[in-house]
Amino acid sequence: MIALADASAFAPGPPRAATPGPRTRRRHAAVLPGFGTTAAITSLVVLALIVFPLAVLVLRAASLGPAGFLAAAWTPRARAAYAVSLSASVIAAAMSSILGLLVAWVLARVSFPGRRILDALVDVPLALPTAVAGLVYSALYVKKGWLGQWLVPLGIQAAYSYLGIVLVLVFVSLPFAIRVVQPVIESLDRDTEEAARILGASRSQTFWRVVLPAILPAVVTGFALSLARALGEYGSVVFISGNMPFKTEIAPVLIVARLEEFAYAEATTVAVLLLAMSLALLVIVNTLQQRLARNAQ
Amino acid sequence: MIHTRPSTDHSKPLTALLVAGAFGVVGLLIVVPLVNVFYEAFARGPGAWWEALVHDPDTRHAIWLSLTVAPVAVAINTLFGIAAAWLVARFRFPGRSLLISFFDVPFSVSPVVAGLALVLIFGRQGLLGPTLAWLDWKIIFAWPGLVLATTFVTLPLVVRELIPVMEAIGPEEELAAVSLGASGWQVFWRVTLPNIRWALLHGIVLANARAMGEFGAVYVVSGHIAGATDTMPLRVEKLFQEYRQPASMAVASVLAGLALVTLVAKFVIERRLEAESRDLAANRSQTDSLDHTKVEGAVA
Repeated sequence: MIALADASAFAPGPPRAATPGPRTRRRHAAVLPGFGTTAAITSLVVLALIVFPLAVLVLRAASLGPAGFLAAAWTPRARAAYAVSLSASVIAAAMSSILGLLVAWVLARVSFPGRRILDALVDVPLALPTAVAGLVYSALYVKKGWLGQWLVPLGIQAAYSYLGIVLVLVFVSLPFAIRVVQPVIESLDRDTEEAARILGASRSQTFWRVVLPAILPAVVTGFALSLARALGEYGSVVFISGNMPFKTEIAPVLIVARLEEFAYAEATTVAVLLLAMSLALLVIVNTLQQRLARNAQ
Repeated sequence: MIHTRPSTDHSKPLTALLVAGAFGVVGLLIVVPLVNVFYEAFARGPGAWWEALVHDPDTRHAIWLSLTVAPVAVAINTLFGIAAAWLVARFRFPGRSLLISFFDVPFSVSPVVAGLALVLIFGRQGLLGPTLAWLDWKIIFAWPGLVLATTFVTLPLVVRELIPVMEAIGPEEELAAVSLGASGWQVFWRVTLPNIRWALLHGIVLANARAMGEFGAVYVVSGHIAGATDTMPLRVEKLFQEYRQPASMAVASVLAGLALVTLVAKFVIERRLEAESRDLAANRSQTDSLDHTKVEGAVA
């Protein structure tokens, strides 16, 4: 417990820095050993690696004062970057949710040759480094690329454009959208659907009125997870977006650009806004997932 | 994963259309890029590919650096993951659910933001900057910074795998071992570890893949000094910026190969995990007559 006390003294004091670790030991905890040791290791790592750095970031931004914060965080270039980040992420998360629903449905409901391979391929974006994804996407969609040679003559410029940002964000977020929805479809009670069909509902009525309401919480959770992933993405986007300020510069790219100019105030304030959005999404996702777990029971 | 019986309700053409659509989505978004990496990397033959990897000292160093950073980050994660899962799955205490939600923070925070936070602490202008300068320790733009950034982004991966498995197994066997006089370490090595070994391996494999491939957080703290602080993904970017596409693709193909190996390992481990959870369920239904709820109640 001494280590715990030390660790909490280590953290500065914004509201989020409140010691998450245990303070009171319940009598039955003595039954299994290891409470003190694991609590000390866990709190030390969480405080030192998560709470402390993020608290320093927030405090550094707060030290600018409200006026200074606004001046640094609300420049025209920063506003443009938020707009690009938010709009591209929302579009990408929506596309991932729709395409993900299709893939999840097929994987959960249909048996066909190659189903296992398709299922395994869905995880590729989780394992493939984002830098590799960005590099190969930009190579695919340039004029000489495999897909660009067809698309560029049609006037579709995906490399070094806004469209490219959306494409890589769909790539990185797709597994999240699929893996949240897939188990829910698998666990759906088929009898309800059959009953709807027997009672005369058409296939599309059954889908919209019976299936969709049942899987909607999972789809929304997948959307929120995809959005969180897309908002923070950096590695793949730098390769394909061209990073033009006011046009194709996303917020994380702006943070890095400001940091490299040693403009710490601007980098920090933009980062704090991005952090606030991520944490809000995390809370939303956690609430949704708890509801999903309750529904499953 | 539980696979339900295929539907007979769908009309054949619609089902075929949906399956074709799913193959189209995965093919266009995932398979084509994956094939393209290897195609571009080997377009000039395996000789050129090998040369691009081995003859450039900066690329060689980047491979070496990735191989030294990732295992350290994974080791820290393994230790933390086991300790945190033991704490959360075996004890109930105030603040427990708050602590669990903290585990997820690195998933949702942008890696760039995490890297910046580390710079604000350890950088020259940072909170501990003067102290570190006085001690002559370098963290930012050096190996320790790379390890810290990589550890941050991979932190949830091991613990997230272990918690559900440990909760599903329950504390009965460990309680039995303790009541028979086993020490904490004996319980861990002989009871807990054998039970969670596949879940732990699963987490380690995922953490390693993420650690080898991490870009954003590492980009911010590395200063990307060629031959010094460039990891493999950073080297991919630098070669790309220098218009050396074939060399960039060669390094990328190694990372992509690693990703494929990871997926195969993940697939194999997941089948083991499924088999074990089936065994567990079977054992449960047999021993349900035993009053294990009482034991659980004493701990939970």
